[in-house]
Parts: sequence; C-alpha cells; structure tokens
Amino acid sequence: MSRSVAVTGMGIFSAIGKNLEENHRSLIHGKHGLSHPEILETVHQNLPIGEIKSTNSDLADALNLDKNHAFTRAALLGTIALKEALQNAKIEDFTNIGFVNGNSVGGMDMTERFYREYESNPANRRFIQAQHPGFTTEQIAGYFGIDNYVTTISTACSSAANAVMLGARLIQSGRLDQVIVGGTDCLSRFTLNGFNSLMIYSEDFPKPFDSERKGLNLGEAAAYLVLESADFAKNKEVLGYVSGYGNANDAFHQTASSENGEGAYLAMQKALETANLNPHHIDYINAHGTATQNNDLSESRALIRIFKEMPAFSSTKSFTGHTLAAAGAIEAVFSLLAIKHQQIYPNLNFNSAISDTRLRPVTELQSTKIQHVLSNSFGFGGNCTSLIFSKDE
Amino acid sequence: MSRKMYINGMASIAAQTEEDLFTENLQSFSENIFPATSVNYKEYIKPMMLRRMSKAIKMGLVTAKRALNEAGVDVPDSIIVGTGEGCKQDTEKFLENILDENESFLTPTAFIQSTHNTVGGQIALDLKCTGYNMTYTQNSASFESALIDAKLQFTEEMGTRCVLVGGVDEIARISTPFYNLDGQLKAGEINTAKILQSSSEGTITSEGAAFFLLSEIRTQDSFAEISDCMIYRNISEEKLQEEISWFLKKNDLKIDELDVVILGNNGDTRYDHYYQQLQEDLFKNTLQLGYKNWVGDYNTVTAYACWLGAEILKRKEIPQQLKLNNLPLKQPTSILVYNQYLGKNHSLTLLRSL
Repeated sequence: MSRSVAVTGMGIFSAIGKNLEENHRSLIHGKHGLSHPEILETVHQNLPIGEIKSTNSDLADALNLDKNHAFTRAALLGTIALKEALQNAKIEDFTNIGFVNGNSVGGMDMTERFYREYESNPANRRFIQAQHPGFTTEQIAGYFGIDNYVTTISTACSSAANAVMLGARLIQSGRLDQVIVGGTDCLSRFTLNGFNSLMIYSEDFPKPFDSERKGLNLGEAAAYLVLESADFAKNKEVLGYVSGYGNANDAFHQTASSENGEGAYLAMQKALETANLNPHHIDYINAHGTATQNNDLSESRALIRIFKEMPAFSSTKSFTGHTLAAAGAIEAVFSLLAIKHQQIYPNLNFNSAISDTRLRPVTELQSTKIQHVLSNSFGFGGNCTSLIFSKDE
Repeated sequence: MSRKMYINGMASIAAQTEEDLFTENLQSFSENIFPATSVNYKEYIKPMMLRRMSKAIKMGLVTAKRALNEAGVDVPDSIIVGTGEGCKQDTEKFLENILDENESFLTPTAFIQSTHNTVGGQIALDLKCTGYNMTYTQNSASFESALIDAKLQFTEEMGTRCVLVGGVDEIARISTPFYNLDGQLKAGEINTAKILQSSSEGTITSEGAAFFLLSEIRTQDSFAEISDCMIYRNISEEKLQEEISWFLKKNDLKIDELDVVILGNNGDTRYDHYYQQLQEDLFKNTLQLGYKNWVGDYNTVTAYACWLGAEILKRKEIPQQLKLNNLPLKQPTSILVYNQYLGKNHSLTLLRSL
C-alpha cells in the first residue's frame, strides 16, 4: 500500500442506537433492534424490521430543517450520522473534503407515498427528483456545504462497503486527503415487498448461519467514516486503518449467489492481497450473513475456501436487520468498535450449524486480541466486496 | 504514475444516429420527451433474455458489447457504469404493482431488475466477468464518477489493463413525465432543434447509452485518450473559470491550445448562464459545440458527449449542426466537455487525439 488510510472519525444511526455509544452498548448487551413496523406504513405488520423509532418530523426537527425541506428519510438519517462522524474527527473545514455515499433506496419512501399524488398535489412535487440516490447524497452534502468531489455508489447491499473502498483508493492515489465514506438507506414498502416477493423475508428474527434460518429482515441505518491520509491524521486519534479491500463479481445470477461463493472468494482474496496479509492474520470476520438460505451457505463455502482455520466470525445483522446500502458502513463501524474495544460482538439467534459447512459463529460477547478485521458485503448483481480494517500499531 | 487511458473501442445509442450526425441530417422533435433510436438488439442478445430486459439493460448491454468488439476484447478487467436514474422502468413496474395490489400477490422479476446496478451486473453476467464491478449514480455526474474510478485504476498497481466504462439512462412511462410537474421540462409547443435559443425555463429529455473500452495499451485501433476528469457538486461561476484554467494547466494545455469545447447548454434560462459566461469569456476563441437540443438532456448524456468528442477526434471532422459559434476549424486534437444540470453536479472531461 502506497499511502495509509486512517479512520479518524465515525458516526452511526441504526435500530440499536442513535450514536456510537448507544450502538456499542446494544452490541455488548446483546440487545437487538428488531420490532414490528410502527413508522413504516405497510400491510405486512407481522414482518419484523430493524426500524428506527423516530418519525421524519422528529428527525427534521433535530436538524432544524426548514418546514419545506425535501430531505428523504435516508438523507435525515445520513445527516445525523455524518454530524457525529465529523464531530468525532474534529473536522470543521469542508473545503477539500470528498464525500462518497452508498445508497440504494434513495427517496423511494417519498416516491411510494406521493407517486399517485404528484399530479394533484403541487406541494409534494419537490420530492420528484428525490427518488434517485444522488439526490439524497446532495442533500446531505448540501447540509454541511461539501461542494467538490461528491458521488454516490449504488451496488445494492454492497454500496457502502464499495464507498469505503473508493475512499481509500482516492486517498492512496493522492487525489484526496480527506474523504467521508459510508452509506444510508431507509425502510420502504418497495424493498420490504421486494424481498418478501422473493420469498427470502423472515417472519421471525434473523438467524444468520443457523441451519434453521428462514431469511432476512430489513433494517434502516446510516453510518459514515472519516478517512484521512497519514499527513492529515498526524495529530489525531486513529480508530484504525483501511488496510485492504477487494471487489469482484459473482457473474452467476442477478440476485442469487453461486454455490461455491466465487465472487465472495475473489473479493476476500483481493482484500487480503491489497492488505498484504495472510488468512491467519485475520482475528475476526464481520460476515455478510443475511440469514437467507442461499447467502449463508454460499458465504460459508467461500470462507472455508479462504480460511484453513476459521477465525471468529459473526453476523451483526442479527442486531440491526439487513440495512441494504448502509450495511457495509454500519458493519465497518462495528468492525472498528471491535478493534477499539478488543471484543467480538455475538451472532444472535444461532442454535445449530449448517450441516454442510459446520461453521459456528461467536454467540456470546468475547474479549480477545484483535489486530485485523475482515468485513464482507455482497449485493444484487453479483456484487461482492470485502474490507479489512487494522489496528493502529 | 498514471498510465494513459486509450479509447480502443466505443459505441453509443441516443436519439440520433451516428450517420445523421455527420451528414447533417439530425432530426428535430416536437415533444419534450423523445426515445432513443431503435437498434437491432437481437443481434447481440438472445430473444428469451431480451423479453425480460428494460430499455436501459438492452441499450447498456448492446453498447458495451459493441465497444468490446471494436476493441477486440472479450472480457474486460473491470466494468464501471454510471446511471443517474437506473432501471426506472422496472422500478415503476414494481411500484405500481405494490400500489395496485396493496402489497400482495407480487412477483419479484421487476424488483430484482430495479436496482441501479442491474446494467453493470447484467453485463458481468453476460460476459462471465468476475472482475471489479461498480455503479455510480450521482445525477448528472454519474458517468464522470465512473470515469474517475477508471482513471484511478490506471494509477493503481492492481493489474488492471482494460476497463469497460459507460453511462446509461432510460425513459419511463410515468416517472419521466413527472418532470413536467416540477419544472424540469419545457412546457408548451416545442421544436427541439431550436431550444438553445429559447427564452423559457426547463429543458427536453431523452435516453441513451454509451460505453468505452479504455485500455493502457495503445493499439492500431486506439484513436483518442481520456486524459482527465473532475466533478463538483456545487461551484460558483467565478470559481468555475478558475477551475477550468487550473484543470487545463494541470494537463499541460493552454486555453488557446484547446480546439473544441462541448457544452451542455439545454435551453433552460435558469441555468444556461453557466455556459454562456464561458462562451463569452474563457472560450470566446474556442470552437463551441452544443448537442442537447438534438439528443435531449438526461443524467448520463455526457457519456454521449464524450463519445461525440472521441468520434470528432477519430474522424477529424466537426458535425456542422452542433456549432454554437463560427470559428475557423483547426485540426481537432483536444476537446473539453463541460456539463452541469440544474446548476449542480458540474463536470470537466478532457479528450485528446493521439
């Protein structure tokens, strides 16, 4: 690696807490954030979701937004999480900072609400442009006055992980010295019904890597990391380094993963290569672990192909639900918390291993020495990304 | 050290054909939303697959394959796609099902094809390409975000030798006409050819795809290079002038050495001043071209603009109908593309002949 990429700040808002401290507390106490829908208006009242129990107007008030704002829910969550990350990194001058946002749902929450009303109700038309992810990113960037390099990655469930990777590459190439990376996605009827129609939505709490797993549960969240070059990070507390990354395509099916997890295997292999590490260096894996039949088996096989001796691993989606484009970012935050506190967060709801692969995740909070963490995020379109975070030595 | 990005193959689908462009036969439309020209998709895609594909997937896949063919590459190392609005047709289809059926009896086909990275995923699937695969969606800076990623790959030591990069956006039946409601499109009677002289707000829109096979290897088929690209979410007119000068300087080019500038004027009186100011000042001695009155404005129309610029460098010929000023024509060797939409997501892309 040419230039090291330091993480100097992070912020998070998820169903298990509105900031870093709350999220950490939930993780160590094994307190998940899944519940029945209260804010999302859907007929599927029986489906557990990782819902943040604040209404849009609560969130907008917290940000002091004008009444006629056009912030999508993803933008509201994102702005709050980003505020924490910037405070944490002590950044006040945004002149040269870049912003790479992962987002997939965009303003679909608003589109599905107003789609049939735009014709008759001019007041809502400010949300027409909000449907697409770039608009949500612009709102967040606009709130802080981040003007230069601002972009959005939309590769479904690996979006934020790809944003972290791009941020690291932008710093390494010297194109930027400071960049905010991460992602945000809110719950919507669109995605809830989408995954439900694919028959991979669980009516119970998610059981990642369990032989009896019944599918995924969606969640909503936003999380961001502030990445800085070594020069810029010099006098700051470094939470960890982005030391490796890899993206590959499964090239198997639009939504399903290949049997032997080829894309996942290649992504992990590339991540280890860029980090210049061997598999045995990895102390903990924050798995993608959606709790679908297909993903967990395919990911397990890919893990076994890479790791002769399987390191400790868990899927924290059992706490937050699958937060789609934000997943890679909240799991990056959890990986960095694992490094900071030298502890591994459990995989909830696990009872028995998948018979084929016999992999058993960590099911209780564990204190242990953690130097390197691998975090996986895989998405529709065969998109597979692995990141490696390392402790400041 | 950055390696060069040679264009070894490219293809484009838009509302005008390549032939019409260089024979002064560009068509005018009387609607503010008009489709891309039809293409014989069957030549490239199996009929079974074709039936399920939305226009964005079809246009993207066909232009990607044509760009690869032209470059003589079977499988690229990376696939990078820019799309502002993604697969709107399938999104609309699934959303209407949800609303009509009150969230029941849904089939997932439209949903699984609704994600913004469907085109990139489908290209990978078709080519069996397990390499790096990325999709950017930053409104009018989506294609440029993809280009910047490509450029990064050519500075890294990751073994990348050729990258397939493109931009694609489609029209959807209900969602695109929404732009009549929020002032993005022009109202009333329209003659698209004349919109750059219009005195009204809004623009016209269409759809298209353009893909490029960019390689570090210069072949006998290489005809241009993409030298550099920058994006700005928000920039003042004064700062823009400075940035353009700095951008050219960084690429060892003086303003009077720049042969052609391709500008994104779209007839929207609220925002065309960004271009007009440059036309009157910085670029007053540069040949200026405009194209959105012929192919419409959509988020990744700049992929078309880059295709156009590269085609001009290849043919050493200027499509007469695109000229915004009348300057004696030099042999074109350098072309700058500048674009913004609604005053946001500005971009600069520099192309050069070899």
